Amino acid sequence: MTPRYNDEGHRSERRGFRFVAGVLGLALMSAAPSSVVDDAVLTAERPPMHFADFGFFLDTGATRPAPRVTGYGLNSALFSDHADKARYIYVPPGDTLRYDGEGLLQFPVGSAMVKHFGFTRTDGSLDLIESRVLVKTAAGWAAYPYVWNADDSDAVLKRAGARLKVAGHDADGAPLALDWRVPNVNQCKGCHAVAGELMPIGPKARNLNGSFAGENNLARLTRLGLLTGVPQNVPAMPDWHDEAASIDARARAYLDVNCGHCHNPAGPASNSGLNLTWETVSGPELGINKAPVAAGRGSGGRHVAIAPGDPDGSILLYRMDSTEAGVMMPELARTQRDGAAVDLIREWIGSLE
Amino acid sequence: MLRPLLCASALAIAAPAHAKTIDVQPSDNDQEAIQLALLDAQPGDTVHIRAGTYALSDGLSLDVDGVTIRGDGPAATILSFKGQTGAGEGLLVTSDRVLMTGFAIEDTRGDAIKAKGVDRITFDDVRAEWTNGPDAENGAYGLYPVESTNILIMNSEVIAASDAGIYVGQSDNIVVRDNRVHMNVAGIEIENSTNAEVHDNHAWGNTAGVLVFDLPNLPKMGGHSTVVRDNVIVANNTPNFAAPGNIVAGVPAGTGVIVMANRNVHVVDNFFDGHASAQVMVVGYSQPFEDADYNPLPRDIVVADNIFGRGGDDPQFEGGAELAAAVGGRIPPIMWDGAAAYLRDGALVEEPVVMHFDMPALTLGLAKAGDAPASGTPGMAPTTDGKAIPRPDPIVMPADQPGVAPADIAMATGN
Repeated sequence: MTPRYNDEGHRSERRGFRFVAGVLGLALMSAAPSSVVDDAVLTAERPPMHFADFGFFLDTGATRPAPRVTGYGLNSALFSDHADKARYIYVPPGDTLRYDGEGLLQFPVGSAMVKHFGFTRTDGSLDLIESRVLVKTAAGWAAYPYVWNADDSDAVLKRAGARLKVAGHDADGAPLALDWRVPNVNQCKGCHAVAGELMPIGPKARNLNGSFAGENNLARLTRLGLLTGVPQNVPAMPDWHDEAASIDARARAYLDVNCGHCHNPAGPASNSGLNLTWETVSGPELGINKAPVAAGRGSGGRHVAIAPGDPDGSILLYRMDSTEAGVMMPELARTQRDGAAVDLIREWIGSLE
Repeated sequence: MLRPLLCASALAIAAPAHAKTIDVQPSDNDQEAIQLALLDAQPGDTVHIRAGTYALSDGLSLDVDGVTIRGDGPAATILSFKGQTGAGEGLLVTSDRVLMTGFAIEDTRGDAIKAKGVDRITFDDVRAEWTNGPDAENGAYGLYPVESTNILIMNSEVIAASDAGIYVGQSDNIVVRDNRVHMNVAGIEIENSTNAEVHDNHAWGNTAGVLVFDLPNLPKMGGHSTVVRDNVIVANNTPNFAAPGNIVAGVPAGTGVIVMANRNVHVVDNFFDGHASAQVMVVGYSQPFEDADYNPLPRDIVVADNIFGRGGDDPQFEGGAELAAAVGGRIPPIMWDGAAAYLRDGALVEEPVVMHFDMPALTLGLAKAGDAPASGTPGMAPTTDGKAIPRPDPIVMPADQPGVAPADIAMATGN
């Protein structure tokens, strides 16, 4: 059996990188909308209608990043209906990202992140669905979703979100007909909120501390002069697919990136008292023998979030397993079941005593 | 008449000069039309959803302070979520000073309206309903503010929620009044909250009428100071249809009010009739828990000056029939589990529990909270005159609570 993942990180990132490299020659010939990021557009009160106006990329298809826009990958990533993603960080001239412990990097005002969502074609290129932009303004983070047209030549702002028919495929390549949700800007906050303020989720040092496209993310950003203050021995969270890591570490990594953005003491699910972040130690806070408070029919008739040794008695697994609104978790940005993850969490709960 | 006029003009001055109304009417893209209006609204604006039925496929959300969402009445402006395939609720509010009035939310897959982490929120003349009637597949909560302050829910109606029709959780300073709740598992529930007043509501045909609960392992615990007064609580006998695992799934059908693991709760001046199990139950939290800060006992509970009709003649809880037979054929209007001790980390913790019941109450005589109902020695708890606990002051909303003229707030408090 061919390993699905190697030490370069998550398959989708690797594919995304191949895609970038593969179309480089072609893209060089296409018209460039802008040679550099437009900082005035980026920090304007209202976002541009067209994604290209930010100037993040040198080509209309958004594959060749502009100067100071750098691709990165995560050790463990949020599941988004099997879509592949390509991620970029922009740091404005004269400033840098700063290391701030194993959690989120510090972003200067005027920096931004871009995440492309799409499905990788057989030639390795990415068929784009939408691109989400997070901008650090003086007043805090702002989030904007852009939806690509059929030939990926233009992406338009969709503040109220959208539903799209998307032809994708699952982890084994089987075709998927997706009812794709582009979140509205409030729903962005449904995941990206800390104490009511919008925050990035992915770029935590422990989740960046891994190889992407042949180089450690933190090392690359430092080498490019875009990140300062990285010490020796930064903690690392594993790739949850990595069978060399312990079941416990893999399960906790998956829960951290897929659940912990809401299920933390300052997040949108704080009222549940269920905290699924990497930092949560154990006990009822992690869901162990914890009765639900507002699960409704989402309990599936089960009595606690995690019943050690009893996956089928655990509400957490029931809600991961469901694709029904009002039952499924996460509540947003998912219509498909993450089968491999359900198997992992089943094994993990079964291993708990 | 001078005073209201003055107040009205003060209100007019306080409103932003540029406040505008954004009109929405039914179209072939209701989802985007309403959501865009909620995104475009500025503080002080009104989103006016005109009469009609709107088809929503996903959740709606509001995150702008000081916005009013106004329909043309809960029978005219109907937001139908029958085709909902995403999000955990119909409408999510995460901003302060929001008024919702004059519309209905129907058939959401999860909760109907959730407000989280907000201050000064008012629901007035709103309806939340699952139109198929009681069903375990219905959403959990109808009107659902949580981790919030200054909550006013009035003149509204909730039908067929599979948990609580009106549910206020982990919140402070709460008024729930003049609402109609029926065919829910719990009509109204105040949980892990402080300083609440539930009055002049009509709860009928639910599994249980009004619950005042406190649960462990939550960010806010130690619920206290709730007054349940002047309500009409009648014939809440619908078989429990909550999904097992939820706390309300353990509520016996045929119960008027249940006070669980809470302090300083006053159930006074209500009208109760036709509850098969018991009109009022006062009980401890019965499940094992790991939480050093949690107290599972009800303490300082007042049940007084209520009018009780027929009840307790067909108890729907384990051992209820035997218990009723032992005390003359029916459960008396007030039933208490009698526990004044509980287990924490395996050690028995005893508490001086003070109850004030103005009539003889049935006590199960449990040795500690969570013991099997049949394990104690039942008896009648005597009336406890002379141990009256002062009733908490009426709840006062801030002067700028949305949807309330300042004169009304002054009138409510007698100031």
